Amino acid sequence: MAEKRTLTIEVTRYDPDRDGGTYVQSWPIEFTDDMSVLQGLQQIKDYQDGSLTFRWSCRMAICGSCGMMIDGKPALACRSFLRDYLPGPLRVEALAHFPIERDLVVDAQDFMTKLASIKPYIIPKQERTLAEGEYRQTPAQLERFEQFSHCINCMLCYAACPQYGLDNKWLGPGVTALLHRYNSDSRDGGQDERMEIVHRADGVWSCTAVGYCSEVCPKAVDPANAVNQNKTKSAVSFFARFLGGK
Amino acid sequence: MARRPYVRPMDGWWKRDPFFIRYMAREATSLFVVLYAAILLVGLVRLAQGPAAFDAWVAILRSPASILLHVVLLVVFLYHTLSWFQIMPKTMAPIVIAGRKVPGPAITLLGLGASLAASTALFILVKVLSP
Repeated sequence: MAEKRTLTIEVTRYDPDRDGGTYVQSWPIEFTDDMSVLQGLQQIKDYQDGSLTFRWSCRMAICGSCGMMIDGKPALACRSFLRDYLPGPLRVEALAHFPIERDLVVDAQDFMTKLASIKPYIIPKQERTLAEGEYRQTPAQLERFEQFSHCINCMLCYAACPQYGLDNKWLGPGVTALLHRYNSDSRDGGQDERMEIVHRADGVWSCTAVGYCSEVCPKAVDPANAVNQNKTKSAVSFFARFLGGK
Repeated sequence: MARRPYVRPMDGWWKRDPFFIRYMAREATSLFVVLYAAILLVGLVRLAQGPAAFDAWVAILRSPASILLHVVLLVVFLYHTLSWFQIMPKTMAPIVIAGRKVPGPAITLLGLGASLAASTALFILVKVLSP
């Protein structure tokens, strides 16, 4: 029988039907060493306060739904363990830089719109018929973009990016990483249209290389690297115009 | 039940996380770099004005206040160098050697080593050339 310990979870709550912005409410919970912060929240919801609102789905760091500020840092609730926050209290808040809908649920529409805008799918260089077979790729060609394809759209990098918090017109780290993932794919022919987004003032040039996005990424995507590689690409293409290039 | 999304203020955002404080410190070091560039530029102007002007500039550099300033600048520049090479792996295209990506910390160490070597070489050169 695993030993049970107690930790107080403080949640920054928000109720759209109540004036005065956010407020803090705390609950003590009993937990075992194998329990995640998400399980702690579920325990509160199931046994103490059913109105506590948060998103979750897979419980194993792949769906990207349970991103929130845990002890002030953007993290997945399912991948953070209660035992690491002793003696507490543990402060939990909705993901920074996004509008709060209710409690720990944020409005992700801005991210979704940006994600769609970069066409996050392969735009084939040449359409092939089924009879012509699959689009083949060597391991070396895969290596060029694989790390960026690990993004799970959890938006922790946006909560880590003060530039996004200060001006959310900026495309942001995660979407730029995915843009880079498709632009670096040998099967893709959509680079020119995606580079138009990169070049814009609210494209990669809004990034000031804080670098925290890559620190908080649960999948080691390194979005800061994608953004900064595209700054180089954007600058090269700017100067190449004068040399008659593209 | 109407939607009423709440946007949190960004006031004092840089105090929210130690990572942001280190970032702001890194950005602030650039102001000290500008200050030192100005000091050197003044030296160049004084050199162009003749030996007496240049000697006066050197005398000011040797004053206790100036030495204290230089100690402060040295510490600031060391942090500037460290933070510069810490962010470097995130800013460059991957370097692939023998089919393997060079890891970030290795690039940081290589950069720090190179700056140490360059500084040492410059120090020796100045020592050899100075009368």
